[in-house]
Amino acid sequence: MRRRTTALTATAVVGSLALLTGCGAADMTKQASPFANAQGAKSVTLSVQSWVGAQSNVAVAQYLLEHKLGYRVDTVQVDEVPAWDALSQGRVDAILEDWGHPDQEKRYVEDKKTIARAGDLGVTGHIGWFVPTYLAKQHPDITDWKNLNKYASLFRTAESGGKGQLMDGSPSYVTNDKALVNNLKLDYQVVFAGSEAAQITQMRQFAKEKKPFLTYWYSPQWLFKKVPMTEVKLPPYKEGCDADAAKIACAYPHTPLQKYLNADFAKSGGRAAAFLKKFTWTTEDQNEVSLMIADQKLSPEDAAKKWVDSHPGVWRKWLS
Amino acid sequence: MATLSVSASRTAAPRVLKSRAVGKLLLLALLTAVLLPFLSRWGNGSWPHELTVSLSSPLTSASNWVIDNRDSHPLFLYFFGYISNAVVLSVRAVYLTLLAAGWTGVTVFGALVAWRVAGVRLAAGTAVAFLACGALGMWVPTMQTLALMVAAVLASVIVGALLGLAAGLSDRLDRALRPVLDTMQVLPAFAYLLPVVLVFGIGVPAAVLATVVYAAPPMARLTALGLRGADPEVLEAVESLGATRRQRLLSARIPLARGELLLGLNQTIMMALSMAVIASVIGAGGLGDRVYQALASVDVGQALAAGIPIVLLAIVLDRVTAAAGDDRTASTAPTAHPRTIGWAYVLAVTVAVALAGRLLHGLNWPAGWTLDIAAPVNRAVDWMTAHLYSGVPVVGGTADWAGHFTTWILDPVRSGLQWLPWWSVLLVVAALAWLIGTWATALTAVLAMAAIGVLGVWDPALDTLSQVLAAVAVTLVLGFATGIAAARSDRVERALRPVLDVFQTMPQFVYLIPVVALFGVGRAPAVAAAVVYALPAVVRITAQGLRQVDPAALESARSLGATGRQQLWQVQLPLARRSLLLAVNQGVVLVLAVVIIGGLVGGGALGYNVAFGLAQGDLATGLVAGAAIVCLGLMLDRVTQPTGRRAKKGA
Repeated sequence: MRRRTTALTATAVVGSLALLTGCGAADMTKQASPFANAQGAKSVTLSVQSWVGAQSNVAVAQYLLEHKLGYRVDTVQVDEVPAWDALSQGRVDAILEDWGHPDQEKRYVEDKKTIARAGDLGVTGHIGWFVPTYLAKQHPDITDWKNLNKYASLFRTAESGGKGQLMDGSPSYVTNDKALVNNLKLDYQVVFAGSEAAQITQMRQFAKEKKPFLTYWYSPQWLFKKVPMTEVKLPPYKEGCDADAAKIACAYPHTPLQKYLNADFAKSGGRAAAFLKKFTWTTEDQNEVSLMIADQKLSPEDAAKKWVDSHPGVWRKWLS
Repeated sequence: MATLSVSASRTAAPRVLKSRAVGKLLLLALLTAVLLPFLSRWGNGSWPHELTVSLSSPLTSASNWVIDNRDSHPLFLYFFGYISNAVVLSVRAVYLTLLAAGWTGVTVFGALVAWRVAGVRLAAGTAVAFLACGALGMWVPTMQTLALMVAAVLASVIVGALLGLAAGLSDRLDRALRPVLDTMQVLPAFAYLLPVVLVFGIGVPAAVLATVVYAAPPMARLTALGLRGADPEVLEAVESLGATRRQRLLSARIPLARGELLLGLNQTIMMALSMAVIASVIGAGGLGDRVYQALASVDVGQALAAGIPIVLLAIVLDRVTAAAGDDRTASTAPTAHPRTIGWAYVLAVTVAVALAGRLLHGLNWPAGWTLDIAAPVNRAVDWMTAHLYSGVPVVGGTADWAGHFTTWILDPVRSGLQWLPWWSVLLVVAALAWLIGTWATALTAVLAMAAIGVLGVWDPALDTLSQVLAAVAVTLVLGFATGIAAARSDRVERALRPVLDVFQTMPQFVYLIPVVALFGVGRAPAVAAAVVYALPAVVRITAQGLRQVDPAALESARSLGATGRQQLWQVQLPLARRSLLLAVNQGVVLVLAVVIIGGLVGGGALGYNVAFGLAQGDLATGLVAGAAIVCLGLMLDRVTQPTGRRAKKGA
């Protein structure tokens, strides 16, 4: 019975759609999620990337949108590059933390003009190679890439095939590590953990036993509070030294993280769009929320509530 | 979710088979001797570079073309756009209906439908399941998943039934469709998310369409089977009454196929539900998305809280549709299955309860009525990993096992496979497939394997293959042992049933973090997750196969004084050979599906490439790896699926 009623509704819906649009074009770049605006509430859809910092931005933005501005917020978890595509199509309204995608920026912001810049997040991101601080204390010279080969055997695992293991994370992250290992002639094997969750789990296991490990990692990140890590010095970053992917032999840059909005939403998104444009906070603020979510296992909503209750000075400005 | 492929019975005397097998092998050896000088011209290592085709530039330009033309080209505006709109609107319609009914309305409606179809016990179970979803704080995501499911299942059933109707009525179409359906069924779902995403973008339309591709085949297959299996005497009788072709179809063949149609619906629902979770990777929303988001913050407890509603939905939908399929007897003997409640009452009561609920306490699940299971679960996981990971006296920790498993089993198998000359791999595939099937199966298997080489991913594919082989070996050892235990003791089987249900329906993503916590990052956790996922199907099929062994044969063995062990080895296992082979086949297909997801925990190889393609929107890497996985699945299926030429009559 349910099947039949839904069949009827479905045909009715499709039929009325055909009537409404006549035989006009059905522009699929202008469709929101079917779960948006349910029950007549104004709604905003935010994209969440898989790392916890991104969850924190979204959790706080969501909390304020819902409790102070009266919006309904949907969140969708998407990787970075697909998120750009989704943003241009209007499937999501905002990306709150972008680590730099020049190709996508050129395509969508400059050429197609379907995505609008929304300013700095206020947090500066940096990618690098890290060893746990307990290891750096034992071997102080380990923090220079030139000495890494000497210690390769320390980092050997079942997966690294006789070489040292350099652990990389999710396939969605910006990484030059394979080229770096190759071009700096390091006796290391890049092992991809495949997801940030797997990488964090593994790092915590290593840290619990004070085992040596070398990993691709990035700041700001809440895990530094739980597993103190020291960055390994790579050849210094110079503007343009990462231009040719195959020849890279320099460190990663420091990136002021950016926000982006769907262009239509930026124009007609009302108070929500204005709020998201003004949203900026510090690395410490973000880490505070992240730590509550990832370590104390608070739900993102509870973590956001706690932060919002204790930092009224910061977010008041975003709402004005 | 396990789907048993329908295969007809095979009756062949073993001796004839043996001599045929020797003949086949001799012929193959002869063929190799003739071809070898020619083949080894391309070297004796991995797949020769001259025989590969690079697809990366055409795929990249195709992907750019789609992105540039998506908002202007008529193909998108007038075709894909309408499909996408229709999906969005129908999912939205169902979702709004569910929200409007409120939690009371939905629960009561679900329970009443279950009562009407399957009796009081299932009605109570259904109500409890819905309430549990609410109590876990997952009401809204559950409704989103349900809305997605209704739309996807409806579309799958329509597509599947149409294909099945065509295949059931025309022999030629049946022959043409069979390989297509076979292929669709062995595809690991993860592999074809990428092309759908490219055309439809992330989100609900892409998720629903990917689900339809995945879930329609069982419906098509069972529809065709039902139509073909209709009792010829009844059909003759109808024909003699002067019925037209269409009348014959509507009044006799379709009603007679009711059991198969409902079984098809059941299978379609189960597959759609498993896909609804995988589709969270492309932004489908709902419960799958909650599982996925919880994993990002390494929160197993929260992932489980979202996984349990999926399991409950799966179990309820499975039992209710299975019960609906069973009551064919009821229509002939109405007293056997008393009708308790009419459809009109179901609707009336639902509306009344929904209105009452709305007046009393609103539509949303009451905020205070939630149960927090995340914290205790996380504590349990922490304890487990703290105490089992390493340093356990005598046996060593799980991390040590994983290390040994990787160095002693995975590494040798992988280097062995990669060391073999490429043509000898093809030869082994050919020999295995031909021994178990026909020359046509062998040809398909060899071509599938060769396609992997041509795509230029020979080495990663063999890496994936080595993981599959290791996981299948472990699965079979554990699965056969458990299956034998379950077949020999009713108590064991009863105790196992809920465990198997849970393992089989729990979204694979939930396992990923615990396996990393136990086994570290690498191929070992991927193998472990695959074993957990594939085990239930193997156990079930083994137990069922052993139980169906002719009791007379067992009785006579017993009267000859055979011990329990002798009965098992000399009577039960040989007689259950067909079931055991099916168990192997299902084990292989399911393991492959998870080893791919194992790319997310360091499994590397093809699984990582697919994940990379999805994450970076890199069609060239992702699609080639996806195609290679499909070929690998096809090859493994052919090599393990016993299909006799003579056995094709029935199905």
